[in-house]
Order: sequence, then C-alpha cells, then structure tokens
Amino acid sequence: MTILSALISIGLLALVFGAVLGYAAIRFKVETDPLVEQIDDLLPQTQCGQCGYPGCKPYAQAIADGDDINKCPPGGEATIRKLADLMGVDVKPLNEAQTENVKRVAYIREDECIGCTKCIQACPVDAIVGASKLMHTVLVDECTGCDLCVEPCPVDCIDMIPLPATTDRWKWDLTAIPVKVVE
Amino acid sequence: MPSLFKQIQAGTVWDFHGGIHPPARKTQTNQKPIATLPMPDRLYIPLRQHIGVPGQLLVQIGQRVLKGQALTSADNSMAVPVHAPTSGVVLSIAPHTSPHPSALPELTLVLAPDGLDEWRVREPLNISHCDKVQLLNRIQDSGIAGMGGAGFPTHLKSGVAQPVDYLIINAVECEPYISADDLLMQEAATTIVKGIDILCRLLSPKAVLIGIEDDKPIATAAMKAACSQREHYYVRTVPTKYPSGGEKQLIQLLTNKEVPNGRRPIDIGIVMQNVGTAFAVAQAVLDDHPLISRIVTVAGDTLSQQQNVLALLGTPVSDLLDACGFQPEHKQRIIMGGPMMGFTLPDLSVPVVKTTNCILAPTVAELPAATEEMDCIRCSACADACPASLLPQQLLWYSKARDNEKLAEYNLADCIECGACAYVCPSEIPLVQYYRVAKADIREQQREALKAEQAKARFEARNERLEREKQERLERNQQLAAARQQQQTSGAGNAVADALARIKAKQAQAAPQDEQNKAQILAERELKKQQAREYQQQKAQQQAVEEHAEQHSQTPATSNSTDSKAAAVAAAIARAQAKKAAQKPEQLIKPAQSVDEMNKPVRAAEADPRKAAIAAAIARAKAKQQAQTETESETKTETETTAPLIAADAVNKSAVESNAASAIEDPRKAAVAAALARAKAKKQANAEPTEQTEASTTDPVVPETVVAETVVAEDPRKAAIAAAIARAKARKQADSENS
Repeated sequence: MTILSALISIGLLALVFGAVLGYAAIRFKVETDPLVEQIDDLLPQTQCGQCGYPGCKPYAQAIADGDDINKCPPGGEATIRKLADLMGVDVKPLNEAQTENVKRVAYIREDECIGCTKCIQACPVDAIVGASKLMHTVLVDECTGCDLCVEPCPVDCIDMIPLPATTDRWKWDLTAIPVKVVE
Repeated sequence: MPSLFKQIQAGTVWDFHGGIHPPARKTQTNQKPIATLPMPDRLYIPLRQHIGVPGQLLVQIGQRVLKGQALTSADNSMAVPVHAPTSGVVLSIAPHTSPHPSALPELTLVLAPDGLDEWRVREPLNISHCDKVQLLNRIQDSGIAGMGGAGFPTHLKSGVAQPVDYLIINAVECEPYISADDLLMQEAATTIVKGIDILCRLLSPKAVLIGIEDDKPIATAAMKAACSQREHYYVRTVPTKYPSGGEKQLIQLLTNKEVPNGRRPIDIGIVMQNVGTAFAVAQAVLDDHPLISRIVTVAGDTLSQQQNVLALLGTPVSDLLDACGFQPEHKQRIIMGGPMMGFTLPDLSVPVVKTTNCILAPTVAELPAATEEMDCIRCSACADACPASLLPQQLLWYSKARDNEKLAEYNLADCIECGACAYVCPSEIPLVQYYRVAKADIREQQREALKAEQAKARFEARNERLEREKQERLERNQQLAAARQQQQTSGAGNAVADALARIKAKQAQAAPQDEQNKAQILAERELKKQQAREYQQQKAQQQAVEEHAEQHSQTPATSNSTDSKAAAVAAAIARAQAKKAAQKPEQLIKPAQSVDEMNKPVRAAEADPRKAAIAAAIARAKAKQQAQTETESETKTETETTAPLIAADAVNKSAVESNAASAIEDPRKAAVAAALARAKAKKQANAEPTEQTEASTTDPVVPETVVAETVVAEDPRKAAIAAAIARAKARKQADSENS
C-alpha cells in the first residue's frame, strides 16, 4: 500500500512538473539562436563579404553551424581570439594572405564620377550619397572600408585611401618621451 | 566629531595616498617679475586649442584682423573660439605642427602682426546687471578653456545645473620648475578674486577653497589679502607633494572626499577651476579681453634668463627661448609642460597655446635621457607612490599582454598619468608610457565597437529597405499580371464571338466573289515584291552615303577649330582608334597601320595644329578605306555579314567624333567624353579575356599613341583625357594578364 501511494505521488509530481516544463518551453520560447547574436557582436560589422558570406550576420550563422573562425580579415587576430574563446576552439591564423591592418575609407574622385549609382547600390551600409547623373560622395564617418564599391565603378574613380592620422586617434609610441628627473 | 563643513572652516587639510617629492627647482623663476616679449614676426594660432571641436572659421587669407577679434565662432557647446592676439594680416590657414605629443599637423592660422596692436571695440559687462546666460556666453565667446593643462571648456564646467557645495580654485602647481600660477597670484591677486566672484555668481557654492602649496608664501599672502573682504573664501595651504595639483588629489586634500570611479567631481557637489582660468574669466567679463595671452614659465639651465613671460598665444617656442637667452646644447631637448607630464617637442616652430604653462630647455645633466629599461623586480615602490591607489606593477603586466579586460578590472581608467610610478621605479620602467599606449588602444577599441554597432544598424536598415522594395515590386507585378489576365479572358470571349460572326458573314457572301478575290491577292503580292526590291536598293544607297559622309564629317569641324580643339580632336581620334583596335583584334593589320599613320599628324600638330588635324582626318579616312577594302578581300565569303557591321561601326564612330569635335570648348563635355571612353574601355576589358592572345598582340602597339599624345598634352584637359585613356588601357592589360 505504502509503495503504491509513493508511486502515485511521485507519478503525480512528475506529471505536474512535466506539464509546467512543457508549458514553459512553449510560453518562453527563444526565437533566435543566441549564439549567433553573440558571434555577430564580436564581428567587426564591415559587411565586406570577404569571408564568402553576404555580410557579418550570415557569417555568424555559419560559424554557429560549424564553419571556420578565421575568415574575417577586417577583424584580424583579435576577433579570431575572441571567437575562439566563445566557441571553445583553438586559435587559428587568418587564412587569407592579408597582413596590413590599416583603416581605409573609400574616396570618390568627384570630377570623374559620371553618376551611374552603381556604387550606391553596392554599399552595404548606405554610406554613399548621390543621385543618377549627379556626382556621388562617400560619408567618411559611415564608410567601413569594405571595398565593395570599387569593383562596380565603370570609370574607376573610387580609391581606397588610408584614414588620415589625427591627434584624437593617435596612439602613443613607447619611444616617445622619457619622463624622469634626476638630481 | 564636527561636521565636514566645520572641519573645513577650521582649516583642516587631509592627505592622499602616495605621492613623491621631486626637487622643485622653482626658485630660479619665482622671484622675478613677469617679463613681456617683443612682438614675434609670425603668430601660429591652432584653430583648436582645447578638448572638444574647433569652431567655424570666420576670416579669410589676406584679411586684416584687429586685436581680440574672433577668428573662429563657437557653433556648438564643445567649441570655443580663438582670437587674434594682435592686429595684423592673415597669411595662411594650413596644417602646422601641433603642440601635441604626436606632433601631427593640425589646421593653424598664421598671422603677420602689423605692430599697431589695434584693439577691436570692447564692451565690458557690468556683472550686477547681467544674468547667468550672458556671463556664460561671454566666457565661451572669449575662448576660455581650462588653463591648468587639460583645456576643458570653462563655460561647460561653470554652467552645471547640479547644486555645488564647494568651488575649489586650484593654485597648487605641484610640478617642478613651473611657477606661472605663483607669479600670477603675486601680481594679480585682486583680478583673480574678481574672477572667482564671477564663478561664484554662476555656481553659488557654499564655500570657495583656494588650494596653494606651502612653498609659495608670497602668493599665499597676496591671495589672503585679496580675499580678506569675502567671508566664505578660504585660502588653504597644502604640503608640497607631487601630484597634489591633480583634480582628485586636491579634492581629497581639501575636503576628504573621493570622486567615485568613472564619475566627475560635480557628482559629489564640487567644481574645480584653475587659478589662471579665474583670472581669464575676470579679464573676459570685466575688460572684454578674450583669452589671447598667458603666462608661461621658461626654465632650464641652457637659458641665461630663466623667467616667467607673458606670451601671446601663437608665439613660436623659438621666439620664447631666444628672448630668454637660449644656448642650445648638442642634442638639446625642449619639453612643453613640466618634466613629469610634459612632452618633447619635435621642432621649435610649435606655438604656445591656451594650455601651455611651461617650456623647459634643460641641460643633459639636469634632465638626463632615459636609461635602458630593466625587468620589474616586484618591489611595489610604484604602488606606494601611486596617488590613485592603483597597482602599477599589475597594470604593467596587463598592458604588455594587452589584456584590456584585466586592465579595466584594475581601474586603468583612474590613472591620471602623473608619472610618480615611473619616477620611483628602480628598474627605470617608463610605466606611464605603457599605460598611455593601453589607454589609446582601449579608446580605439571603444570607437571601433561604436562604429561596428552603427554599421550593423545601417546594414540591417538597408536590408529591411531592400526587402520591402522587393515585396512592393512583387505585389505590383502580381497586380499587373492579374489585371492582364482578366483583360485577356474577357478579350478572348469577344474574339470567339467576333470570329463566329465573321465566318457566318463570309459564308453568306463566299461563292460569287471567289474568282475576283484570287486576282486581287495576286496583284497585292506583285506590289509587295516591288516594294521589297526598292527598299533593298535604297538601303544599299544609304550605306554608301553614310560611308561617304563619315569621311567628310571631320571637315566642317576642323575648318573652324582652334588650337585646343585640334588637339582634342586628335585625342578623340586616338581614343576611337584605340577602341576600334580593341574591338576588332582579329583585324591586326588595320590598327597597326592606322596607328602609324595617326602618329604622324599628331606629332605635326605641335607645329600647326589646325593643318595637322585636317591631315589627321584625311589620314584616318584613308586608313579606314584601306582597312575596309582589305577586310573585304580577306573575308570575301563573309562580306554579307561583315558589311553591315562595319557600316554600323562607322556611323557610331562618326557620331562620337563629331560630338567630341563640336563639344570640346566645354571642358565638362570633354570630361563626359573621357568618362565615356573609360567606361567603354573597361567594358571592353571585361569582355576581352576570351580573346586574350589577340589582345596581347595589339597591346604593344597601343602605348605609342599614348606617348604621342602626352607630347601634345599641354593643358590639363588634354592631360586628363590622355590619363583616362592610359588608365583604361592599363586596366585592360592588367585584366588580360590576370585571366
């Protein structure tokens, strides 16, 4: 008898908890894979497509699905390290032969621009303004330096120029000034 | 235990952790009066001399400006203007070496003083009659930014909305050598107090605390005398210790309060202003004297007269040193700022700015260059000396390892870069340099993160927009398709009915008219055949006429051409030829010949451009005729197919050329033509890879035209056209090589 009552009570408990869990699974369902969001936050968001995917989010999805973490040249070494930490895999060297890590922005030589709007369509972050048959120009602050506008230009009037150094962005170098007073 | 306010009133001064006692070396300068300088030949005025953004430029090159006239306008709250330090003429506005450790060039206005020192109209304010907004505007418009070294805009600090308990006037001046504030207090204590009155009006604090180091007895006495009429002004002497002049350190010394991590003094009810700033505020409000000069300590053993000078902002450091009897040593270093927190100047044309309090020209014995850095021995002397109670040795490890998370954990952001740790380090490690690098790195990363976030938002917004547009297009298409279908179905019904009606009508009439119909149809067929024959004849004639016209199309254009026109025509010809060469690589002989022939006239164009252009047109026509006959003989079997092709090409070409010839007066049209040529060349290049071999054989011929053209190219337009052609070709070549 005692065994029976124990079994019944345990069984009831199991049923109740099962129902609660089942309800919670439906009620509090997480829409997207949070891992993808986390990976996406680590990527540099240049939307350059150098990884072979059309933007950073698709690459984040691909990494979550098991793709390599070393396909992001703009992110460089630092991004790979963070991704390795997040995914619990080994750090791999960047697979592209891309060494320079200079920030660049697109520059349109405006007197040569014919106003074809092809670069505007190519820009993933809408950083080029202009209208048909009027010259275009790049919003320097918004440009991610992804290079995607260079190829579509029919008259080759887009250059990628390194971002000029300013006193605001300047990094101290260690050999600058020794501060020391000696009697 | 008495309340904090009581304690402060009683004159209690607290202490802060750490600190060092470097040799002060202030006696060389703090006993002499403030000297004035002869007017420099040139004044270099950087448009931004504070933390924030530069104002909008108001003057032009060549304009004469009066003393005190604003050169920029403050168009937002983070901007403060700069003013002309004396009357003179604006010589240039261009990048010039900046007074910043990086020495990167920044936009600087160069002023040539005219020696008259003529003031603009001045409108002093009566503080009893004006409100806070007026005062704040005057402070901003006078270009006042914190003169202690950081250069934070004063109107922002003085216009805070939070209640203020204490206004602290920083007159500590703890760094060795510097005595500018000391001298200012000795000579202008009353003006300083008037400035403090104005700041009090803006902030209404419970008490004003004036902090002075105890090695400035004359200044302390002067300030005490000037404050004697004011009840809630307290002059407090603090023991000499570096860096007691740091904002957070002085707050701790005078009020025993600590500014929480990541917060500002105003969050605990304290505002701190430099004594020099208070003086500048008084001058700006009471005399309408904007911030155009400041006191600078010029010290160091290579100078025969070490002293404080009143220098106009923009005075080059070299003028300052020369006025003090500068005798440079071998490998002389000049430091802007004090020996602890200053930086070495790359050259002496760097100007004095609002935040420059000291120029140091030490001998090597006085301030030796850094010796070699050794390993950290974990002695923790740096931790004992740190005024911010940080762990410098830990920060060093993490800075070297670039571990930004750990650096944040150990509060690198609270480091004031005072250099006390590096001063006491027995291993001579330049710790502050490591921290500065790490801080710059972290700042850069934060900026990147922000930018990435913005880019992501823009990318997503764009995707959304594209998706929406696609959806709209799809819907529109569907609607159209539905409408069409509806029309068709209803139209089909009608057609069937019509057809039935027609058949019935026909059947009714059919039999008797049969014979007549047949005759009619035959006649119609005959007529159509006739028409077709005529059309064919016409077409052949037209083709002949077009070819003819093409040959003569140059004549009218060249007959009224000027020199530049002729050159442009030659360029256009070259372009068209190049294009044709690329289009028909199979006709090898022709381009080669035409290029050869074309080179001659282009060279001749140097002598007589007009004649040369005519010659070019004739030569080209000949070349074309020749080419046509050759191709015809070569490809007899294909004549029928190639002939129309050639004709079409000829028409096309003549159109382009006549266009170019008639339009060249207008540089814009020329640019359009150039762009057109480039676009075509690029298109060609993309199509090329399939005909690689031919392309590579024609290419060596092409550069000749380019050379010939560059000879003629004298004016920029021609040069631009030539450049465009060259670029297009280079690209084509590159493409074909790649593929």
